[in-house]
Amino acid sequence: MLQLILFNVFNGLIVGAFYALMALGLSLILNLSGVINFAHGGFLALGAYLAYSLMPFVGFWGALLLAPLATAALGLVVERLLIRPLYGRDPLYSLLLTFGLAYILEDAARFIWGAQSLPYPIPSWLTRPLSTQFFFLTGYRLFMVVLVALAVGALFFILSRTRLGMRIRAGTLDLETVSALGVNVRVLRNLNFGLGIYLAGLAGVLAAGMLGLQPTIGTSLIMPSFVAIIVGGLGSLPGTLLGGLLIGVASGLTTVFFPSASEAVIFAMMGLVLLVRPRGLLGEEGRLQ
Amino acid sequence: MSQLPQRAAVALLWVVLLTMPLWINAIGGYTELASRVVVMGLAAMALNFLLGYTGTLSFGHAAYFGLGAYGVGMTLKYLAPSTALGMLVGVAVGTLAAALIGALIVRRRGVYFAMVTIAFGQVFYFIAFRWNKVTGGDDGLTGWRRLPLDLGPLRLDIQASDAAFYYLALACFAVSVAAMALLLRSPFGRTLVAIRENERRARFLGIAVERHLWLSFVISCAFVSLAGTLYALLNNFTDPRALRWDMSGNFVIMTVLGGMRSFWGPLLGAAVFVVLQDYVSSHTENWMSVVGLIFVLVVLFFPRGLLGLLRRRSTT
Repeated sequence: MLQLILFNVFNGLIVGAFYALMALGLSLILNLSGVINFAHGGFLALGAYLAYSLMPFVGFWGALLLAPLATAALGLVVERLLIRPLYGRDPLYSLLLTFGLAYILEDAARFIWGAQSLPYPIPSWLTRPLSTQFFFLTGYRLFMVVLVALAVGALFFILSRTRLGMRIRAGTLDLETVSALGVNVRVLRNLNFGLGIYLAGLAGVLAAGMLGLQPTIGTSLIMPSFVAIIVGGLGSLPGTLLGGLLIGVASGLTTVFFPSASEAVIFAMMGLVLLVRPRGLLGEEGRLQ
Repeated sequence: MSQLPQRAAVALLWVVLLTMPLWINAIGGYTELASRVVVMGLAAMALNFLLGYTGTLSFGHAAYFGLGAYGVGMTLKYLAPSTALGMLVGVAVGTLAAALIGALIVRRRGVYFAMVTIAFGQVFYFIAFRWNKVTGGDDGLTGWRRLPLDLGPLRLDIQASDAAFYYLALACFAVSVAAMALLLRSPFGRTLVAIRENERRARFLGIAVERHLWLSFVISCAFVSLAGTLYALLNNFTDPRALRWDMSGNFVIMTVLGGMRSFWGPLLGAAVFVVLQDYVSSHTENWMSVVGLIFVLVVLFFPRGLLGLLRRRSTT
């Protein structure tokens, strides 16, 4: 029983790390530009499939490096061409546009790579279990956790220590002033969008190694990411991280006792948070309401 | 626009709706398609009651639509062989859920509200998807049919005749639309518009903003669940897709496509969208891309919707 609980908690942490990675990208874009990027799941799937297609040429590590970058590059183009005209308009429009984009990306993946699920090869030394007692602790899972931690660490480093990160944070608080101080806000939003999409692409490559490739891989991860943002508190990136991990573990624990409620429980948590602490766990009062 | 042409247009619209089963086959459609237009039109107009008149963006209306659908289906399957009772249960369940969730989310605004409604919309999807024994899970709820309606001495055989079902749907549509129009003309409706235009000023005037928004959310969801019951009866079937986020997105795009600042716009948007979807999905496997493209094009080029476009033309 203990082993089962440990197994599911660990599993929940991994799934939560995915939610967090995805939700952090969503949050970045939402905070600076006020855009709910519904196509985030589509970009995640794209990252996964790009890695799959790149792998024969550049190998596992090359794909891990290049696929998220390629996805981010596409994100930059999409922001420039489709989303930029919508800033300053009712958020309804950007939501609808990214919604349509999500359809197109999912369908494109189905069209190019087929509807059936594809296996994603990972190096054999990563698939071995690390211990016989804790059979679930394979190298790949540990590797994923480490990589997500590194990515999150790098993101927070960028945000707190670099010029770009400081501008993003400042823009989140008051974009007009940042613009008046001579920062090119258009470029800032563009790069910020790319950063968010990079995280989605990275999550996609990692998820592919665990779940295999399906066109719907992104859409199944996006809803929990919304919940992670709301639970953690809109406008707070540490909150988003915490929210993602929390709902992942909660969902994993529920799997032990009442498997069919493992999805419903995260929405129950969201309802509870909205009831007792409407701003979210680490959210600030009065922001983005 | 002056009053007279507008009245004439509305009269013409009713003539078209009333005679639709007579000519739709002649132009390559079928009666079920006509019913779907009316049902989706009701859903989009109900969404617009909230979106267009309070400016509150709900991206989770499929939840209440689907609750209506499952409400009527499960009543007919497990409880009692009565279509009317099933519809009552469906609407009651959808409205109750909206009342509870609405109370939780009514203080959120803008993007935050949209995101919370999206997330809450998925709860019922997962329940319907996972609770195999009762809901049929992913395969949908089968093993029931709509039954003839007994209205006192009158018996409306909606089971055998598609046209009879169309007129039932149209009757529900007419009553709902009349109710919404009356509500919007009442002081309550004017207050909603005041909140949309300037929430802070409305608050200073002593208007209970949250209570008004909550009430309009619940009313909107009640009519959407009525549309959901009709949708399930139309197909003699319902599945979790009726509850999913893409259905919510469809309602919003129908509303925007038609024109969300006009009362009748969403019906037009629904008609165009339903017919287009029907045509595209029977001609290509990649209908998702086409629908996605419709979303993108509408947002970039017709943000005011078809009726908005017409209106601007006629005023300039």
